Amino acid sequence: MYDIKALYEAESIEHAVQLLTEHPGAQIIAGGSDVLVQIREGRRAGAELVSIYGLDEMRGVSLDEEGAVRIGSLTSFSHITRDPIIQKYIRVLGEAVDMVGGPQIRNIGTIGGNTCNGVTSADSASTLFAWDAVIELTGPEGVRRLPIHEFYIKAGVVDLRPGELQTAVIIPRKSFAGYQGHYIKYAMREAMDIAAMGCSVNVKLTPDKSRVEEARIAYGVAGPVPMRAHSAEQAAKGRAVSEETCRIFAQAVLEDIRPRDSWRASRALREHIAVVLAERAFKEAVRRCGGETDEQTV
Amino acid sequence: MSRQYKLVSCTINGKQAEKMVDVRASLTDMLRDDFRLTSVKKGCEVGECGACNVIIDGECFNSCIYLAIWADGKEILTLEGLAGPDGELSDIQQAFIDETAVQCGFCTPGFIMSAAALLNAGREFTDDEIRRQMSGHLCRCTGYENIFRAVKKTMLRRLGKEKEAEEV
Repeated sequence: MYDIKALYEAESIEHAVQLLTEHPGAQIIAGGSDVLVQIREGRRAGAELVSIYGLDEMRGVSLDEEGAVRIGSLTSFSHITRDPIIQKYIRVLGEAVDMVGGPQIRNIGTIGGNTCNGVTSADSASTLFAWDAVIELTGPEGVRRLPIHEFYIKAGVVDLRPGELQTAVIIPRKSFAGYQGHYIKYAMREAMDIAAMGCSVNVKLTPDKSRVEEARIAYGVAGPVPMRAHSAEQAAKGRAVSEETCRIFAQAVLEDIRPRDSWRASRALREHIAVVLAERAFKEAVRRCGGETDEQTV
Repeated sequence: MSRQYKLVSCTINGKQAEKMVDVRASLTDMLRDDFRLTSVKKGCEVGECGACNVIIDGECFNSCIYLAIWADGKEILTLEGLAGPDGELSDIQQAFIDETAVQCGFCTPGFIMSAAALLNAGREFTDDEIRRQMSGHLCRCTGYENIFRAVKKTMLRRLGKEKEAEEV
């Protein structure tokens, strides 16, 4: 038995908002792979829960009227990976969430839970940052949308106001049209591990594949919350597709990131890894775009 | 607050089942305590070891981090549901015995349910894919190689590749 004080099951999004308003101290439980573990560990023992797991209206991936990719917040990692829309437009997101935990965890874990945790190591987060994802929140005042970098406030804290729940993650069309990306998770084990660092890069090349029109890069575990490396993005913008551009891009990330020492990895190791991952992910993203940096991978 | 209960109706191993469950119960609690399905093991109880793995609507879940109330309306399959009507072992269970993929046996039911989900896909997986599909389980006895062999052989046999299965 879990140490749960009370549990309320939401029957619709409106009902969830109502329950959250009536029980301001309650914790939302989606798939539960974090919340239940925290209850077991004692960190959330005696919690009041509002379960939204049964809300099928918050599952699935679709293209909205503006051509944006809309991912219902309760969509599981494995369903995102298998989804044809994701495979077609944002393949790297499907690949990134396929690195979470193990197979059973990917069947229960949700993209909404992964982002609402506010954890920097979340495998979906760096890729969502790198693709300028928009978070949709539904609350007593209706629906509001905000860029993902504004949603993350600090480690473990996101902009989820009283009575609100996250209902969707949206990737605008202009974020993915013409872009290809690559995500690398650096961890000690192949499964059931948390990233020591995660790096997601996506690029758009000029039509003749000779220049970088735009490059975007985001990290998990390079700071207290997932973050973009804007200096690197600026450094690569407009440059020729080459080994040199790749090196300049990768070195520039050090101006942006601020990793710390932890038992998982030291600051020095993380800084080293950040540059290597940027280089490798950039090359792969360029290759997926149909471009080629002159020399082969280091 | 007084105890809170919910009526859960689901299908367990092909049979319709109904039970009033405590909202605090995990699906492991429900399957073991209310239905005596003790193949569902309590291992780590935080979703890391896979000993409590069951199939729900065709997908694998660690039942220790799955609330029992969520089982309402679902179709659940545990290891007990793999055996025939008179308790005959299924091919994958027999393969675990033949390949000595079982030592202490605690991780075995969970592993076999992941194998069952893989086999149900009805296609051939590469060695890497098999290892990945089975990666949500910890075994402290076998070193995994015999488990891998049992799964691969059964997969090939089901696809009619008896000769390839012998060579694994």
